[in-house]
Amino acid sequence: MDAPLVELSGIRKAYPGVLANDDVSLELRAGEVHCLLGENGAGKSTLIGILSGLVRPDAGTIRIDGRETTIDSPRTALEHGIGTVYQHSTLIPALSVLENLMLGDTRHLRLDVDGARRRLRELAGVLGVEVDPDARAADLALGSQQQVEIVKALWRGSRVLILDEPTSMLTPQAFAELEKVLGRLEEQGQAIVFITHKLHEALSLGDRITILRHGRVAGALDERQLRDGSAEEVRATIVRIMFGEAARSVADVAELQDELVERSRAGLPRAERETVLELEDVSVPAQGAEMGIADVSLALGLGEILGVAGIDGNGQRALAEAISGQRQAAAGEIRLFGAPISRFPVAARQKLGLRYVTDDRLGEGVVQSLSVALNLFLKRIGQRPFWRLGRVQRGVVEKRAGELVREYDVRTPSVRTRAGTLSGGNVQKVVLARELSFEPKVVVFHKPTYGLDVRTTSTVRDLIRRLARGGGAALVISTDLDELLEICDRIAVLSRGRLVGTVENGPGAAEEVGRLMVGDPVSEAA
Amino acid sequence: MAEVALPARRPVAASRLAGRAADLAIRSLVPVVLALVAGGVLLYALGRSALSFYGGIWTYGIADQNWQQSATTMVPLLLIATGLTVIFRANIWNLGYWGQFALGAAVVAGYGPSLLAHLPMWFATVVLFLFAAAAGAAWTIVPAFLKARYGTNEIITTLMMSFVGVDLANILVKGPFQDPSIRTPQTRAIDFDKLMPPIPGTSIDCSLLVAFAVVLVVHYVLTRTAFGLRLQILGANQRAARHMGIRLPRLVVGSFLISGALVGAAAAAFVLSPFWGYVRADQIPNYGDEIIPFVFLARLNAVALLPFVAFYAVLFTGGDFAATQVNLSTDFLYVLVGLILLFMTVIEFLGRRRELGGSYLTVGLVQALRAPLWRRRAAA
Repeated sequence: MDAPLVELSGIRKAYPGVLANDDVSLELRAGEVHCLLGENGAGKSTLIGILSGLVRPDAGTIRIDGRETTIDSPRTALEHGIGTVYQHSTLIPALSVLENLMLGDTRHLRLDVDGARRRLRELAGVLGVEVDPDARAADLALGSQQQVEIVKALWRGSRVLILDEPTSMLTPQAFAELEKVLGRLEEQGQAIVFITHKLHEALSLGDRITILRHGRVAGALDERQLRDGSAEEVRATIVRIMFGEAARSVADVAELQDELVERSRAGLPRAERETVLELEDVSVPAQGAEMGIADVSLALGLGEILGVAGIDGNGQRALAEAISGQRQAAAGEIRLFGAPISRFPVAARQKLGLRYVTDDRLGEGVVQSLSVALNLFLKRIGQRPFWRLGRVQRGVVEKRAGELVREYDVRTPSVRTRAGTLSGGNVQKVVLARELSFEPKVVVFHKPTYGLDVRTTSTVRDLIRRLARGGGAALVISTDLDELLEICDRIAVLSRGRLVGTVENGPGAAEEVGRLMVGDPVSEAA
Repeated sequence: MAEVALPARRPVAASRLAGRAADLAIRSLVPVVLALVAGGVLLYALGRSALSFYGGIWTYGIADQNWQQSATTMVPLLLIATGLTVIFRANIWNLGYWGQFALGAAVVAGYGPSLLAHLPMWFATVVLFLFAAAAGAAWTIVPAFLKARYGTNEIITTLMMSFVGVDLANILVKGPFQDPSIRTPQTRAIDFDKLMPPIPGTSIDCSLLVAFAVVLVVHYVLTRTAFGLRLQILGANQRAARHMGIRLPRLVVGSFLISGALVGAAAAAFVLSPFWGYVRADQIPNYGDEIIPFVFLARLNAVALLPFVAFYAVLFTGGDFAATQVNLSTDFLYVLVGLILLFMTVIEFLGRRRELGGSYLTVGLVQALRAPLWRRRAAA
């Protein structure tokens, strides 16, 4: 076998609190499509950031043509022949295709328009596509825009082409077109890195598949394994690598099994459970680049923990904020204990016992410049006994804050400390203490343990269980399937802003949810 | 538990408090000192004596009984600064203060003479202050509504409304409010004995007491009440404010109205002060532009406004004569204000670099200032 064009080995990159890449190794060969598969947060973006010069690794080596190299800027990456097509368009909408392509060219003082036209014709020929050099980038369809992006990445003679989730916005027809283009590039001897979280794309395009999970290489399938196994087998293998650990952790941990048994004994049959929160055909429009939700219906019973699984950015925030009242639903009805609350503002829903533990704990969960004590009562501004006649009662606030800090084990020097100085785990405890005090009835948890250490994570999960068992109900929106399998009674799957299915938690649930999550057409039909 | 732990923490807290106080002093006073020094250098370069200019400011702004005149000058400045403090706290930029002030002034000067002639003086004065406050507040309604409903950038809308407001005020002065007995485009002058009386025993306009009271009330509201906390949250983090269930539109409109009302009231104090009693078209002063740096230097703290506005009032009152004395345009005072702004930005920038703490510059501006440096460092 010929030597790899690019070889990454032992790549490690840590961000504060997160190990994004841990000992990742990867080989890219000419004439091969290498698919990187993984959930959000698995470390795909960091890895391609390292390849394209946007991120510098903490450790590990990069070899290009067998020589050890450092890629310290996107420019260096280009000089080494590594071109990248990013997930979101980098074209300038107001400029023409040709102008966009010439933007990166700073070698000449004068723009070589004729040369650029020739180069575009040449590359379009290679790709087998037609591109109008004088069309405005804004006027192109998404598929054509992407073709221009590919041309741009190849402009300076790249040998390695990185495509970061190139299909997230494409129609099936455009996807077929892209498949053809990639085929031609492969024939030309390009090494292609294709990043996706969709299983069927990886299967149809990849010569080699590497699966990332929690920043590590969880498994890899080479050409032979892909070719020899039957489609069903390969799919099963990949799902197991992507999500399989979750199934095992549910089955293996004895403590959890006890818990499951206990819960099944304590819980009523679902049919007899009173429905506390109900969504009926709720739609929320997209906001900016963030996906909305469409026709989402779900019912949460008393004492139940309902999980919402899905790949990040599939409408989770829209769902959570529609329930909390931070966003108005455009259509549909939300009912709390049978009463419609769609028109209620945030504060009124809060008063009714509906709480929202936000995923963005630093961005909106606390006001960083205010004290821990005030942050604990920010949803009760103006209310007795913390405020009297509009005046804050500092003594009362600090006394009650001290109690909550102790109860929730918030590690803070004092209740007067600014919330922004606490660690992420302690900020989350502040948020939980605020939302779970004053008789919570229905609580929406959005990524409740994201970025937390093991101990805090288990504390948070205990709190959720205690809430449900103590006569409340919880809706847990999470991108961490292991978590949902550990604590939920049922798991609904959110994909592209729609609920595509609901799975009873139990043996085999992991695989089923996994299939729904990656949008596998086979089981979607089933 | 917190009470038990307190004694152990006290020294730390005390030293931190001292550190913060020093930090505040540096950020607030150093820019002023540097501006005065740089102004001196500039005067020297212009062939003027810095000593006699600054000496003149002392002589005419403070010495003898002149401080009383400075104190009277302070009133409208203080009210405007307070109005801006309220809304800036919410991170909303009401830059339409000139239009709000001009309309308030036109209304008071237009209705003042007849109201004061026919109603008991105290009653007419209160009504005029309310009129002016209403005019100022009314002029914020359009930007406030646009901001609350559509999130329109209030910097643009308030500025635009300001131009319209100033011109409208001038039209009012030249038209319906014009003094029919003279040809100069100005309103009828209010009789001197109907203007604000002095504080007994001084020549200071008694509206200074009103202004002090307003500052104290606003300070209390901003630091101790639910409304003040909501404003602070909105200013710190709009997304958090929404998450906490604060009704943003109501709060935005409310803070706009209060801000506009205070700026309008400043105009009433201005027209009814013993210096004036009338308004002349095209000559309504834009005090807001002069006072804005001091709002930031006071770090959006209403009580802290007092020394800064007093300082500027002295500079303003004394500087007028002092500039003439050294044969300099009074515009030199604006150069000083500009220098204060410049040094304030520099100090703040350096402070940020040292992570000294909070800042009154917006994050975006700091990043913009910082970006070139970062790039240079990355390239090196």
